[in-house]
Amino acid sequence: MQPTDIRNPQYFHKVVDCQWACPAHTRVPEYIRLIAAGRFDDAYLLNWDSNVFPGILGRTCDRPCEPACRRGRVEENNGAKPEPVAICRLKRVAADNRSDSVEAQMRKRLPERVPGADQLRVACVGAGPSALTVARDLAPLGYNVTLFEADAKGGGFMRTQVPRFRLPEAVIDEEVGYILNLGVEFVGGHPVDSLRALLAQNFDAVFIGCGAPRGRDLHIEGRDAAADKIHVGIEWLAAVYFEHVKKVGKRMIVLGGGNTAMDCCRSARRLGGDDVKVIVRSGYDEMKASPWEKEDAEREGVEILNWLNPKSFVHEDGKLTGMWFTPMCAEHDANGKRKLLPTGEPERFFECDEVLVAIGQENAFPWIERDLGIEFDDRGMPKLDKLTMQSTLPKVFFGGDAAFGPKNIIWAVEHGHQAAVSIHNLLQREDVRKRPPPLTNLVSQKMGIHEWSYDNDISPDERFVVPWAAQEKTLKNIHQEVELGFDLQTAWKEAQRCLNCDVQTVFTKDVCIECDACVDVCPMDCITFTADGDEADLRTRLTAPALNLAQDLYVGGPVKTGRVMVKDEDTCLHCGLCAERCPTGAWDMQRFLFAESYAGRGEDYSALPCKKQAAA
Amino acid sequence: MTYLPKPRIHHPSLQRNRVGFTRRDYEGAMSTLCAGCGHDSISAAIIQACWELDIQPHRVAKISGIGCSSKTPTYFLSASHGFNAVHGRMPSVLTGANLANRELMYLGISGDGDSASIGIGQFVHAVRRGVNMVYIVENNGVYGLTKGQFSATADQGSKSKKGAINTDAPVDMVGMALQLGASFVARSFSGDKAQLVPTLKAAMTHVGTSFVDVISPCVAFNNHPGSTKSYDYVREHNHALCQMDFIAPQDAISVDYPAGEVREVRQHDGSVLLLHKLPASHDTGDRVAAMNYLHACQARGEIVTGLLYVDPDAPDLHAHLDTVPVAFNTLHERELCPGSAILAQINAGLR
Repeated sequence: MQPTDIRNPQYFHKVVDCQWACPAHTRVPEYIRLIAAGRFDDAYLLNWDSNVFPGILGRTCDRPCEPACRRGRVEENNGAKPEPVAICRLKRVAADNRSDSVEAQMRKRLPERVPGADQLRVACVGAGPSALTVARDLAPLGYNVTLFEADAKGGGFMRTQVPRFRLPEAVIDEEVGYILNLGVEFVGGHPVDSLRALLAQNFDAVFIGCGAPRGRDLHIEGRDAAADKIHVGIEWLAAVYFEHVKKVGKRMIVLGGGNTAMDCCRSARRLGGDDVKVIVRSGYDEMKASPWEKEDAEREGVEILNWLNPKSFVHEDGKLTGMWFTPMCAEHDANGKRKLLPTGEPERFFECDEVLVAIGQENAFPWIERDLGIEFDDRGMPKLDKLTMQSTLPKVFFGGDAAFGPKNIIWAVEHGHQAAVSIHNLLQREDVRKRPPPLTNLVSQKMGIHEWSYDNDISPDERFVVPWAAQEKTLKNIHQEVELGFDLQTAWKEAQRCLNCDVQTVFTKDVCIECDACVDVCPMDCITFTADGDEADLRTRLTAPALNLAQDLYVGGPVKTGRVMVKDEDTCLHCGLCAERCPTGAWDMQRFLFAESYAGRGEDYSALPCKKQAAA
Repeated sequence: MTYLPKPRIHHPSLQRNRVGFTRRDYEGAMSTLCAGCGHDSISAAIIQACWELDIQPHRVAKISGIGCSSKTPTYFLSASHGFNAVHGRMPSVLTGANLANRELMYLGISGDGDSASIGIGQFVHAVRRGVNMVYIVENNGVYGLTKGQFSATADQGSKSKKGAINTDAPVDMVGMALQLGASFVARSFSGDKAQLVPTLKAAMTHVGTSFVDVISPCVAFNNHPGSTKSYDYVREHNHALCQMDFIAPQDAISVDYPAGEVREVRQHDGSVLLLHKLPASHDTGDRVAAMNYLHACQARGEIVTGLLYVDPDAPDLHAHLDTVPVAFNTLHERELCPGSAILAQINAGLR
């Protein structure tokens, strides 16, 4: 195998599983260390730089980082329950404990203004996470950014659809406020009903982040006759937010298995629903809702029923009385394609007073005239350059759910970052596809003979559970936040579970004397010195087999005897024992920095607090 | 050395052996030796060998003297019995323990200072008695604990870290073990686990005195140019006598090989040693040939490693003394005090 080229920043970036999995590439291990060190402002700002909404995401993120977390792999067969680090909830700890001066510190870390940018105007349609990110990235550079929002306040889906018991409004106000205070013009209560009219205002660029505003309806028998008791989920959630809905029937059925369905059923439990059922066409494990959201709903007494396809609504005298369902099962056809088929078992009837339909969202762009030069595909979605988010009309960009259909907040943020880079390039007459290089660095963490700048002792603790407010309280008051967040002691302990995967094991072949000390001490049997071979062959010949093909082998060498050093990155604890045991320093623990660059930040820019402080 | 304990978290694929233990269960405390010490590799090889042999840790006694090498029993088999004897006195403590309880496996861990200097008389007599043990000398040619003076196994003409040349002739412990009648004699190198682990397994299953000299570079004081016990020097001058596969009694020999290329040695417990690429001129059952081979290599400046000599049917000390076939602690008053009739018989025999 070719020796690994660790100068390629993507190699070590991939080892930092959480950061690699995060759409916005948030530097997770770094902010967890800052939290453990009690530097909540720095932890918050590091998050804010990448994901813009640490307080909101610390409560609501879809957490792609957590299934990727190495801790969830290495605890397997060790702890009773292998679980990743509670990355998302630690983010909230940073947000909960930040100081009042965080906004002032934020401003010190903003990039320099770009000469001439104040002559240029950017419009954003919508003020959800993607549009707010565009504004956050572009306004500090001096561009005039205007946000047009149909609602009175900014925040989009985060404000109107995510229920208050998961995300208090004050958190949204603060984090949306940080962005609006950067000199962004916010035009609330102003739905955009014609893109042509907007373009006529001579904006230099337009970003469309209007979300996927239309909830999918279910047109089956009885839908129209009992229409007043059947609601589309996301519209109903907005109605709950605006307090148009304050009470629901005792027996509720929620159709759908996504996170919106979970928000619907838990909201219904708080508004008078005693018997709330979520009824899903497919199986429990295949539901789109995050596992923890399903658990949270079940903990609140919501019943989840699977493999039932809605057949008809039943009503008597115009009053909804229940629903019929067809039992289903999954079958794979000859091509391996999965299909849902009725099992032939008798149909089942469930009584109910109201039904919430949360079976998906659709994009709709009735306000975009089709002759403006923006091409749409056959699904009605704009044709975009996936790198730049640019539409076929060069000055119009898309992001968030409006770009590729419903995703989540953290993806919306990343779309915003990339669109902002593109808009900046466009307005500076550069190649729109150009991406600023990431800021990378690799620095030894050695402080003394057995001392490292990071805490390399591996905590044996299992994942800590976030405390909940008492259920008597939470189910009575829809504004009562359920999760209370970690206290500082627990947060520190949870932070210690992080394996510091960004502190990399770096091997220097020339000084290795092949004493085997690293091989012997490695608790995970990650390191092997062996005869060279191709990757598939090497993977079987290691001290412990490297079966996880998604994880790379780090190959160094050849060493003096002609063998190669092979390290399986998969299960490395980053404990640094190999480097502590190495007599010659052939192994070193080096912290790898990978910071994605945003609009207006070139190679010379660093958002790192240390650099800024050193300059001050 | 490190201050942190090794994390208990282990690789998900870590296997259990026939007695239900993982390799990690055979570990000991974290080593306090210098980083890169060959002795740590020997500890790792002992751990690997014991795991592979399905040895129950509580059926092992590890006995050592004084020195860097003699510290190492702390770093492996923490569930075994251990005794840290006076400097150079490991062999007599081990002999006593072995006489009292012949049912344990005895690991005598010693170094070149402990065995070739202060304890050489002990070494000589334990070997000539044929005590059933694995006598491991972790041989680095220097007194590491006292900062690197030449030990008795340092080669004549080798250079110390400070530049002094050793003028004394070395004690050749492998040659002595052969001459004193050890029934299993091997030499290995801490930097070659592929050879060391099967060698230790063969030694552990051998009944009688197994002597294994393991060259183990001292990274702090004897790993420089001019040393004859450095990683580089040993690798350059290593003459591996043969490759050995150890086949446990319960495992069938699954490899087919052309006749004459591999020689088999069957041990008492049913295990088989497969010797590959053994020079045609060498016979591991011939003590005199082994001594000649050793000295011929030495004269050429080569360090011969591998299994030099084995007598699978040698009697051990218990056979010599015709002791009871069980551990003393299992004997009852009935056996120990057989009554006045038997006493009268014995007395009659002496008249």
